[in-house]
Amino acid sequence: MSGRVEGKVAFITGAARSQGRSHAVRLAQEGADIIAVDLAGPVESIQMYPPATEDDLAETVRQVEALDRRIVATKADVRDSGVLKAAVDEGVAQLGRLDIVLANAGVFEIQPALELTDDAWREMIDINLTGVWNTCKAALPHLIDSGGGAMVLTSSTAGLKGTPNTIHYTAAKHGVVGIMRTLANEFAQHSIRVNTVHPTGVDTVMIQNPKTWGLFNPEDPSPSREAAAPVFQSTNALPVPWVEPVDISNAILFLVSDEARYITGVTLPVDAGYTVK
Amino acid sequence: MGKLEGKVAFITGAARGQGRSHAIRLAQEGADVIAVDLCEQIDSVAYDMATPEDLQQTVKEVEALDRRIVASRADVRDRAALDAAVRDGVAQLGRLDIVLANAGIAPMGEGSETPQAWQDVIDVNLTGVWNTVQAAVPTMIEQGDGGAIVITSSTAGLKGIGGDSPGGQGYTAAKHGVVGLMRTFANTLGQHRIRVNTVHPTGVNTPMVVNPVMEKFLAEDPSIANALSNLLPVDMIEAVDISNAILFLVSDDGRYVTGVTLPVDAGILAK
Repeated sequence: MSGRVEGKVAFITGAARSQGRSHAVRLAQEGADIIAVDLAGPVESIQMYPPATEDDLAETVRQVEALDRRIVATKADVRDSGVLKAAVDEGVAQLGRLDIVLANAGVFEIQPALELTDDAWREMIDINLTGVWNTCKAALPHLIDSGGGAMVLTSSTAGLKGTPNTIHYTAAKHGVVGIMRTLANEFAQHSIRVNTVHPTGVDTVMIQNPKTWGLFNPEDPSPSREAAAPVFQSTNALPVPWVEPVDISNAILFLVSDEARYITGVTLPVDAGYTVK
Repeated sequence: MGKLEGKVAFITGAARGQGRSHAIRLAQEGADVIAVDLCEQIDSVAYDMATPEDLQQTVKEVEALDRRIVASRADVRDRAALDAAVRDGVAQLGRLDIVLANAGIAPMGEGSETPQAWQDVIDVNLTGVWNTVQAAVPTMIEQGDGGAIVITSSTAGLKGIGGDSPGGQGYTAAKHGVVGLMRTFANTLGQHRIRVNTVHPTGVNTPMVVNPVMEKFLAEDPSIANALSNLLPVDMIEAVDISNAILFLVSDDGRYVTGVTLPVDAGILAK
């Protein structure tokens, strides 16, 4: 049986682990080849969970290749538009085309608004907002060459709702919606569709760390995944504390496949009812 | 193996157009179907509505896929008739997992200038949706296996388009109203793992849109025709595009998607 994105090539940022790796594997399962980038290294103001590593990126390569799909992986920083462009151009040179873009790379940190340093603000905006634009800018010429394509920008429930203690993250994730809406209008004539997904908490290291558990459970002296789960769950309409990376991948797969050939300019929550609650 | 193997879907307005497409698409993925349709005319609606023969054709096409279908003529304005259709369908097919509140009318242009047109479209497109969900939910809660409900709204459910006749105003009000219903049900039914979402199609290539009455209406009011022009370079989308979005929402691929308004609109709402 032919896959849902057979013969397509997808460019994915933040592909070393978690959601990004899940997207790479899910799309490869459905027949896509992958151009993967990841910083695979630390960011100064992000302290509450460990950064992805070059070994993580190598593991994504291994998993995609195990599915008999091709992958061109590069260590690249979404803040550096030149490096990003070089990575996409090289990937397209090797894999032949570009159809799908997943601007997934992002970081998360918790800080009360008035305690946030200027540098931490700038770093977040540079990665989670400017990095998304850099990704789109590097990829769009190739999509135009392909005669169309689909882009999905990973926002957050914090891209639709104000969430305390994450002013920089929330501002950036709202900004991503603005990028999506503008690009959807500007590039529709090229049959390029652009949408955002808005996950609630996803079961990855980005939320599964003591500082995030503590935010949900401020009274708890030794925060844990188990103790935080019911508090996470209370924020969702469905009785689940968080969702899995594959749930975001499945939503993205739908959006980039021909099943959604007329869906563009849409903000799609995958949030267990967080934003409706 | 299909994405909906062993599931049963209740679909209103299933005789033709989007409703028939949903029945077929879900059956292709393994679902059995409980189908209802009014199959007669409503006075304030100037275009031809579905017929018993149309409903029979849906039955034939689902059965050709080796799926079971229990079809009956029922009016979504009649709660007792919907209760009976669900009871009958569940008795024959064993369960209920998916609800598609799809039935609707579009009294625009000719015949839509009377207060009755307002009343009819509110009764069918808003109260009919409430009746549909109410008729189905007790069975789903009792089963305890969760479920998925998709209400068919419209781009006119998120934007003030539809014209200035009582029928058109009622259409836009009803399609906005079902978003309120969806959001309330998403919150109250979440504890039962029943998910509730809306889809918002632009113009779809079906008899409700492609007919002489609608063509005349759009020709006479260019502002509406302009409001209905898509962002992507496509005039009209197909029923299967809505079916595919609904399939995503009701399948396990959308297991944590609830409370969402999903446009399938070639970008109209983003313009």
